[in-house]
Amino acid sequence: MSTRVRGGRLPLLAPAGLALTLVALPMLALLLRVEWAELPTHLSRPVVGQSLRLSAVTTSATMVVVWLLGTPLAWVLARADHRLTTWVRALVTVPLVLPPVVGGVALLMTYGRRGVVGGWLEQVTGLTVPFTTVAVVLAEIFVALPFYVITVEGAMRGLDRRYDQLAATLGAGPLRTFTRVALPMVLPGVAAGSALAWARALGEFGATITFAGSFPGRTQTAPLGVYAALEQDPQAAIALSLVMLLVAVVVLGALRSRWLP
Amino acid sequence: MNAAAAPSPDPVALDAHLVVETGDFSLDLELGCAVGVTALLGPNGSGKTTALTALAGLRRPRAGHVRVADAPEPEWLDLDRGVDLPADRRSVGLVLAEPLLFPHLDLVENVAFGPRSRGMPRRAARARASLELERVGLGDLARRRPGGLSSGQAQRAALARALATDPALLLLDEPLSALDPQTRSATRADLARRLREFAGVTLLVTHDPVDALTMADRLVFLDGGRVTQDGTPADVVAHPRTAYAAQVVGLNLLAGTVRSGPPVVVAVDGAGAGAEVVTAEEPGGLADGSRALATVDPAAVSVHRERPAGSPRNVWPVVVTEVTMAGQRARVGLDGPVPLVAEITAGAVAELGVVAGTRLWASVKATEVRVQPG
Repeated sequence: MSTRVRGGRLPLLAPAGLALTLVALPMLALLLRVEWAELPTHLSRPVVGQSLRLSAVTTSATMVVVWLLGTPLAWVLARADHRLTTWVRALVTVPLVLPPVVGGVALLMTYGRRGVVGGWLEQVTGLTVPFTTVAVVLAEIFVALPFYVITVEGAMRGLDRRYDQLAATLGAGPLRTFTRVALPMVLPGVAAGSALAWARALGEFGATITFAGSFPGRTQTAPLGVYAALEQDPQAAIALSLVMLLVAVVVLGALRSRWLP
Repeated sequence: MNAAAAPSPDPVALDAHLVVETGDFSLDLELGCAVGVTALLGPNGSGKTTALTALAGLRRPRAGHVRVADAPEPEWLDLDRGVDLPADRRSVGLVLAEPLLFPHLDLVENVAFGPRSRGMPRRAARARASLELERVGLGDLARRRPGGLSSGQAQRAALARALATDPALLLLDEPLSALDPQTRSATRADLARRLREFAGVTLLVTHDPVDALTMADRLVFLDGGRVTQDGTPADVVAHPRTAYAAQVVGLNLLAGTVRSGPPVVVAVDGAGAGAEVVTAEEPGGLADGSRALATVDPAAVSVHRERPAGSPRNVWPVVVTEVTMAGQRARVGLDGPVPLVAEITAGAVAELGVVAGTRLWASVKATEVRVQPG
């Protein structure tokens, strides 16, 4: 693209530049406020390691569930011709636009003691879900799964159906066609969907704090850790934020070089 | 329908009746095919591809049956009895206009996919795949991914993949139509050779008269979802029943051996002295002694009372065997050193007094003769 600035473009360039500033300045400010010399000390605060570890564990568990359950859902949605498919797809998309706190409330209504399945679960197994690490994972799945399903479904719908048909004439049943033909051919979509879902799970805050609370070591993930530390130990919060910013940039970079045009 | 009534000395290996209805189109097709190649021809929208997808089990007909004698499970479809085998249990091979090789697998893995899907152990499946690739001349590209192949190579690999499962029924849906003309004739020769070794039933959907006349033992013409003609290529060439059939098989097709030039000459098979066709083709790609197919448009065959003087390179004495009028044009069968059909005007028929038994001279300009490797 040409970078030459001509007079006629100025009315567009001004708002464009302002928009860029609104996005870039906060990230720059974060970097400017890091006390680089003290960074190792700040990074060694318990809240940092503990919350990052919990985030690593819960987002990993989330991704395993997302892959195992989300991939078949994406395939079913991509290939089903039923008139209900559109509605199911819309349903899966809702958490994308739902305020996370509402998601948290919805999860409480589901798994809480008075929840739709929570009461039954406690009666049968004696386990309660809210305010546990399991609740964190459930919240992350709720917000991250739609990102994955919608992305992968798009890739799968773009896959020429004649590949499925040819695989069938070659003797491959539906499962083999899915695992050996469809899935390998949409790997770029799977990677992109995974990165989006994982980033969303990592950043999850609203549903988690509503449904799982903020208990260090148990439900206090990195974003909750940042929020908790901001009052008493701002530099630890900044250090933790820096780590997450770095992770975001790395994920984006990996996506761009490998899977995105 | 007349398909079932057509006398065939061979046992029926494919017995099908397909009734498909979609919106404003309906297909009602009865097919009884022996082992060998049957070409399905017809204008766009005549139901050829619909028939193939129904045979493959990729589309469920409204009514009908499909029985394939040599398949492990011969009853593929019998809607009266609730039988409808899914595609993956039918012993079928499918090749489409585009190769659609699996892009994430190399050629051996592509071709081994079928045998593996049918439970063959990995090692045996790979050995079988390598053999199939050798048979279509791609042995040295076995480890390549499809991305780097030429269109002709990719289509030959697609054929190898379809044949690696030993299908009882091979379905070819315009397999050469996406290739450029030069690649097409080379690939056609490979395809024809490979099909001669294939022991099952082949259905070949095509628009190309040369495909049909060089590869098929039998031609079935479809129009509007119904069979309009069913017969051997010789039958159809002699008596095309529809304008479409006449147009498709209207070409004179002469198989023979190249005597390299210049000029390139094709010595026509099974004919005596003088049975040579002189062409204006460049010798490139037509080695001396190689097999070739010469095609001549009947409209390019001129007939004369006296031996014509002047430029035509191909002149033969002929006897008229039959005259068929079609509007203002007449198709005239000619017997001579080279069997020909000429298409002349009704006026010329009257002027020359052309009736069966008339002795005439036929001539064809060298520039009107097309030659391709056979």
